[in-house]
Amino acid sequence: MGSDFLLQATVYMGAAMLCVPLARKLGMGSVLGFLLAGILIGPFVMGFVGEEGEDIMHFAEFGVVMMLFLVGLELEPSKLWKLRKSIIGTGLSQVSATIAVVGAIALALGSSWQAALAIGMSFAMSSTAIVLQSLKEKNQLNGAAGQNSFAVLLFQDIAVIPILAVMPLLALVPSQANGGGHDTLMDWMPGWFQAVAIPLAVAAVIAIGRFLVPGLLRMVAKTRIRELFTASALLIVVGIAFIMTLVGLSPALGTFLAGVILANSSFRHELESDLEPFKGLLLGLFFMAVGASVNFNLILNSPVTVAGLTLGIILVKAVILLIIGRFLRISNDQNMIMSVGLAQVGEFAFVTLTFAAQLNILNARQTGLLMAVTALSMALTPVFSLLNEKLILPRFGTLQSEEKPADSINEKNKVIIAGFSHFGSTLGRFLRANGINATILDHDSDRVELLRKLGFKVYYGDATRYDLLESAGAAEAKILVSAIDSPETNLELATTVQKHFPHLELMIRAKNRFDAYELMNLNIMNPYREHLDTSVRMGTDVLKKLGFRAYSLHRAAQAFVRYDEDAMVELYKLRHDRNLYISASRKQIEMQEELLSNDFRQAPDLTDHAWDSEEMRQNANKS
Amino acid sequence: MRKILVLFAHPRFEHSVVNRALTSVARQHPAVTFHDLYEKYPDFNIDIKAEQELLLAHEVVLWHHPFYWYSCPPLLKQWIDLVLAFNWAYGPNGTNLRGKTAMNVITTGGTREAYLPDGRNRFTLRQLLTPFDQTAYLCGMQYLPPFAVQGTHRLSREDLDGKSSEFRHLLDLLSDMQTEIAAFSGSALINDHLKTFADGK
Repeated sequence: MGSDFLLQATVYMGAAMLCVPLARKLGMGSVLGFLLAGILIGPFVMGFVGEEGEDIMHFAEFGVVMMLFLVGLELEPSKLWKLRKSIIGTGLSQVSATIAVVGAIALALGSSWQAALAIGMSFAMSSTAIVLQSLKEKNQLNGAAGQNSFAVLLFQDIAVIPILAVMPLLALVPSQANGGGHDTLMDWMPGWFQAVAIPLAVAAVIAIGRFLVPGLLRMVAKTRIRELFTASALLIVVGIAFIMTLVGLSPALGTFLAGVILANSSFRHELESDLEPFKGLLLGLFFMAVGASVNFNLILNSPVTVAGLTLGIILVKAVILLIIGRFLRISNDQNMIMSVGLAQVGEFAFVTLTFAAQLNILNARQTGLLMAVTALSMALTPVFSLLNEKLILPRFGTLQSEEKPADSINEKNKVIIAGFSHFGSTLGRFLRANGINATILDHDSDRVELLRKLGFKVYYGDATRYDLLESAGAAEAKILVSAIDSPETNLELATTVQKHFPHLELMIRAKNRFDAYELMNLNIMNPYREHLDTSVRMGTDVLKKLGFRAYSLHRAAQAFVRYDEDAMVELYKLRHDRNLYISASRKQIEMQEELLSNDFRQAPDLTDHAWDSEEMRQNANKS
Repeated sequence: MRKILVLFAHPRFEHSVVNRALTSVARQHPAVTFHDLYEKYPDFNIDIKAEQELLLAHEVVLWHHPFYWYSCPPLLKQWIDLVLAFNWAYGPNGTNLRGKTAMNVITTGGTREAYLPDGRNRFTLRQLLTPFDQTAYLCGMQYLPPFAVQGTHRLSREDLDGKSSEFRHLLDLLSDMQTEIAAFSGSALINDHLKTFADGK
């Protein structure tokens, strides 16, 4: 058992280490990498792992639960309230339309109406894990596509409850109903209690999140035992998932709710950073399990049926979403991102299909076939997204700007600004106020639309793409300013530019000192740390309120900024490689210690003797 | 060769035709370190130590600036306030500048005639520059009469070329160890001396 476990762990992790970096290198995202790794080690290619793949999948599904908790953490209640219309509107129409269309097709292909309904309900779901992970990785969560996808996924999670409730009613042989995924505490309770239990459980989750958890975390934080805090974070997620399964609700939904409630708490970031690695590992495992469970025998026996069904279901789901997106007036490219992204059949279908088989709604062959289709559609999602990104989206973005009137043909902008959210737009407005029009790159198509209307020269897309930089005129520009929020994207951008446009001067926004060091590793010695000027300016105002004179403070602040930039270069030179391996928080503390102890001796302050007559006075008194 | 430090202070340099000509003369001169104060310290936050080291490395200091309201632009005054510190430039231990030479290089909109007792500015340029004279004196430096390009609003291209070569000539003389610098003092404008020097050669 022990050595067996070690073997399996080695196989899984080894495959992941091999496939994920490769997939990223090819620009495919980590999800596809994990899926490939799963297929590779699965029973049909190398056969390292066999039938236990499904057990692992159940275990790894917990990664999805954790992910929704983390998503909830980033979504404050007020923001969720704003989303309510899309959750009900987009979500409801997607789920009901898909059930209707898929059910009708199944009926036409000769299924019983019960089976057709079961298939429709299973196939209406999309994969929360795959969709959210890729949206996050591509920084698209806040665009129209991201918000609507999220709303749909959230509605689907809610829809799980009625779907599981309806399934037994479809059963042809009711006696087997309890063999399914429904063996919860509820089944032994009287009917009236079942009715009260669900709202009660939701209320319990809210109460726990509101009152119990913050107190508990504060207490744990005081012990200063980091592991204990991690354990508490896990306990919150596991405990809430347990309560939810107890009453037969989706655990993902419960933890999401808890996350939303904790979004305003001061422990939000600690929780996030503690749970992030667990989530990542479990999700990776989950994707690998999906990859490993693709039944290639079945596919090889009836390749045409499987391929037809898979492509058919993806097409049907995508078209339904496209139509909904049209009604919502989502711009074409965002609509494509959403529709292609949500077109697969989700992991939840594994649960409902098994359940339907146990209820004798579907026979074994049907179940096997549909499971294969599900797994295959999930595996194909990243591929289709990639195709969408490389082949279809560029047509919306770049072409439109080239159709612009001839007046801009000769005008080659000297400055390119990548990223035009708060940071970039302030910078761009300042340049424009001084008569310099920059070319702008941004990946939010709604913003691109707006900026174009305002007469800016904007290109839509991922600024790290060589072809996009090329068409934005990187070859003729003088300076490329990156105002992009994500440090990883900035590094990628810098590497691309240095490789293909070495003449272009890079001016890059850095989140903090560590990002700045990373940029300096690329020989970009003037990183712009976004907090530096603001925090010193704020400190100046604090001192001003304490009665210090404004001009002296102004000078002291300028000197401090200069000192800090010099100190950064100094520390960069002294920096040890071991820093790469210690945790980020540890690094932060070490750096602050270093800075503060040095400051005590050298940091500039108000006592520089400028316009100071004290010395002269002493001299005058001497004589 | 005497080394010359040109401390140039112009808040609106991009609009000054005359100073573009004069600064390009200075920049090209082998003896000159051209130091553009408004470019270096747009925030007025002068690096005192660096400025003092520059002073130590040169024998002649030119305060090169437009004549605004009978004085220099504020950054140059800031420079004087901060860099010429007590016990460094003056005071009992302030001997670092002793024996060096200082003068103003000035552009004025008004003509030379406007800077006469019966002109609209009532005082001569030399009189109005008394504070600089005294500053140099307190630091133990020899102060020379100003080099001035006046009536800049109505200067022709030829006039400007003439002034440029005059200025180049001045820089040659100042950097040349053979030149008796003391011979320049005592007149209203150094421009007058340059003519006699030129004629004498």
